[in-house]
Amino acid sequence: MSDATLHDHDARLSACPACDAAPLASRIASAKGAQADIILSLPTIHCATCITDVEGVLNRHPGVKAARVNLTLRRVTVDAPGMSAEELIPVVESIGYEAHELDPAALSASAADRQGRDILMRIGVSGFAMMNIMILSVAVWSGAEAATRDMFHWISGAIALPTVAFAGRPFFSSAWRAISHGRLGMDVPISLALILASSISVYETLNSGRHAYFDAAVMLCFFLLIGRYLDYRTRAVARSAAEELTALEVPRAFRITAAGDEPVPVSELVPGDLIRIRPGARVPADGEIIDGMSEIDRSLLTGESIPVAAAPGLALSAGEVNLTGPLVLRVTAAGRDSSLARLTALVAAAESARGHYTSLADRASRLYSPLVHLMAFCSFLGWYLATHDLRLAVNIAAAVLIITCPCALGLAVPAVITTASGRLFRRGMLIKEGTALERLADVDTVVFDKTGTLTMGVPQLVSINVIPVEARPVALALAQGSGHPLSQALAQALVGAGTVPAPLADLREVPGYGIAGNWQGREVRLGRADWLGAEHGDARLSASWLSLGQGAPIRLEFSDRLRPGAGECVSAILASGRRVLLLSGDAAPVVEDLATRLGIAEWRAGVTPVEKATAVHDLREQGLHVLMVGDGLNDTAALTEAHVSISPASALDAARTASDIVLVGSDLSPVAQSLTLARQARSRIKENFAISFLYNIVAVPIAIAGFATPLMAALAMSLSSISVTLNALRLRR
Amino acid sequence: MEILGLLIPVSLALGGLGLIAFIWALRGRQYEDPKGDAERILSTEWDDRPKP
Repeated sequence: MSDATLHDHDARLSACPACDAAPLASRIASAKGAQADIILSLPTIHCATCITDVEGVLNRHPGVKAARVNLTLRRVTVDAPGMSAEELIPVVESIGYEAHELDPAALSASAADRQGRDILMRIGVSGFAMMNIMILSVAVWSGAEAATRDMFHWISGAIALPTVAFAGRPFFSSAWRAISHGRLGMDVPISLALILASSISVYETLNSGRHAYFDAAVMLCFFLLIGRYLDYRTRAVARSAAEELTALEVPRAFRITAAGDEPVPVSELVPGDLIRIRPGARVPADGEIIDGMSEIDRSLLTGESIPVAAAPGLALSAGEVNLTGPLVLRVTAAGRDSSLARLTALVAAAESARGHYTSLADRASRLYSPLVHLMAFCSFLGWYLATHDLRLAVNIAAAVLIITCPCALGLAVPAVITTASGRLFRRGMLIKEGTALERLADVDTVVFDKTGTLTMGVPQLVSINVIPVEARPVALALAQGSGHPLSQALAQALVGAGTVPAPLADLREVPGYGIAGNWQGREVRLGRADWLGAEHGDARLSASWLSLGQGAPIRLEFSDRLRPGAGECVSAILASGRRVLLLSGDAAPVVEDLATRLGIAEWRAGVTPVEKATAVHDLREQGLHVLMVGDGLNDTAALTEAHVSISPASALDAARTASDIVLVGSDLSPVAQSLTLARQARSRIKENFAISFLYNIVAVPIAIAGFATPLMAALAMSLSSISVTLNALRLRR
Repeated sequence: MEILGLLIPVSLALGGLGLIAFIWALRGRQYEDPKGDAERILSTEWDDRPKP
């Protein structure tokens, strides 16, 4: 099993689209009840003192058996039977470190570790064997004769044969899989070269021949395994970080039972359950409100930026956010039956339509491996027909195979991808798919979503000047009493202006409407227009109203805050000559306003999820390579449909799963930089191919002419591998 | 040349010792947290007595 996942570029989603759309749900369903250690994510730790502090405070805490920090992954694993993460997070936060609970079920680190250790072990064994055989080979190359040479060959063979059998196993099994599917992958010539080189060397040794290729066979294993390991590392790092993003959202719902509220995993909800949704929480399942008043933020699902009023009878979908008041919901569809199922259908449709992308490495090997076999076979045939010497002909064919063997080719792509994705990772971008970087280099059209992608989905007060100075302390006191995003934005703006809150009596939140209080004997209110007896007016902006108990209510306008770097990102992409489109589910005036601000000429408003996917599909039909950047459930189908897709970390689980790249920070500018870097990486990969072909062009005629020696094979192999790696490392800067 | 009969096994055994050490380190999960280990050595916590 471990080998099967080593080199399967095409083992993508597909087999179970439902599981891909709901990765957590499926994993939790399979790993129920396993009482594991508590894992906390510590994003801010960075030094020796941090490690000592965190471990110290946790170990001193009663009930904790052991705590171990992993700085590489920025996590701490705590062995504390019977304790919950909620008890431990305040302990860590009390000494000033940010801590988040991670869902151990969503982290499949152990299986991945075993795979990495497996490759490392094979690298270690083949490295040991290579060094020893090389020392013996130097003696042979320096002119050891007769019995001495035979003895050295025998010892080399005794080391090399078990090594090739052990270290070459990933190649052999992968080659066997390719052949049994009727394909000729890169691993077929590799395996053939390994087997042929070993057996011809054994034969030569038996007959006291001059040349044995034991060193070449082992060296081939060693370099190719390094390529494999780099490939594996890139994927493992991206996967573990993507898993961590998923694991951060521990899906829990509060089920109302006779004994009170009981927290249960979302996967255990069934239709008919009553669940309580606290203000600020995400709706865990589809259902109907039966009690409570509140406002609902639907931006992740539909792209609307203005909250909707919620009252008993309204149907809610999983993924929406409850803003102000607590709600009681009767579940109508949960887990995999909920709105995720609808999404899954869309994703599955788009997935089957997505053309299968062939990576540069696959294209090169498709071209290359028949050629290698043909050349080796022709030189065998030519020499056999010319000399009728079977031993000489096989020897030359083996030399041709070893020299042409894609040693540098095996390193050419992984080395570049590792350096490039490492650099993108430092800028806050996580590559989830192996070929995403190559596909990113093709992009000529960029489609953006609005809410949550170009904007933060967080409101901002347009102007503080509409509030009279004497009313500001009252407004601040009211705003601080509510968790509603508009109130929070107002409070932030007022605190920024240096306001001190006024003392208010009888402060109470009226869910779904606003907040009220008593100030110097007057009733003051902050909230919806209809509650304060005002007309909402222009729908372009979200607005809140402030009433001071006398005079007309004051209208406070809010606009959606632009994501940092959005302006730079869009203008950089436009300057590079690519087409930029804005597709949003929000109302036209809001979208037009944003498009004008960012200088995007092509925009559409009120777009449904299906229309988004169709729009992307149409662009593809025109032969364009589309990069889709989006975060909502309404973008998921379009993300899958696009040539390559990016979603911010704030996006829904399903959208992140559908996209190839995840933006970890809140800054959008790395998107434009990644397009440039992807182009650089692609040209670096092509240069690497050119370098390894160049070595072949020089060495192959010599091999076919029968002048190749084991020394030359060893030189060509190591020189080309090293120059390819160095060329890839140039990307680091 | 008889010395070869001694030197080759000795050098192989020494190399093998290194390989065993590497495999032991790998099995003991010493490559799990390279960054953390690099930092831990700077901490003075267990300087005076070993960690129990």
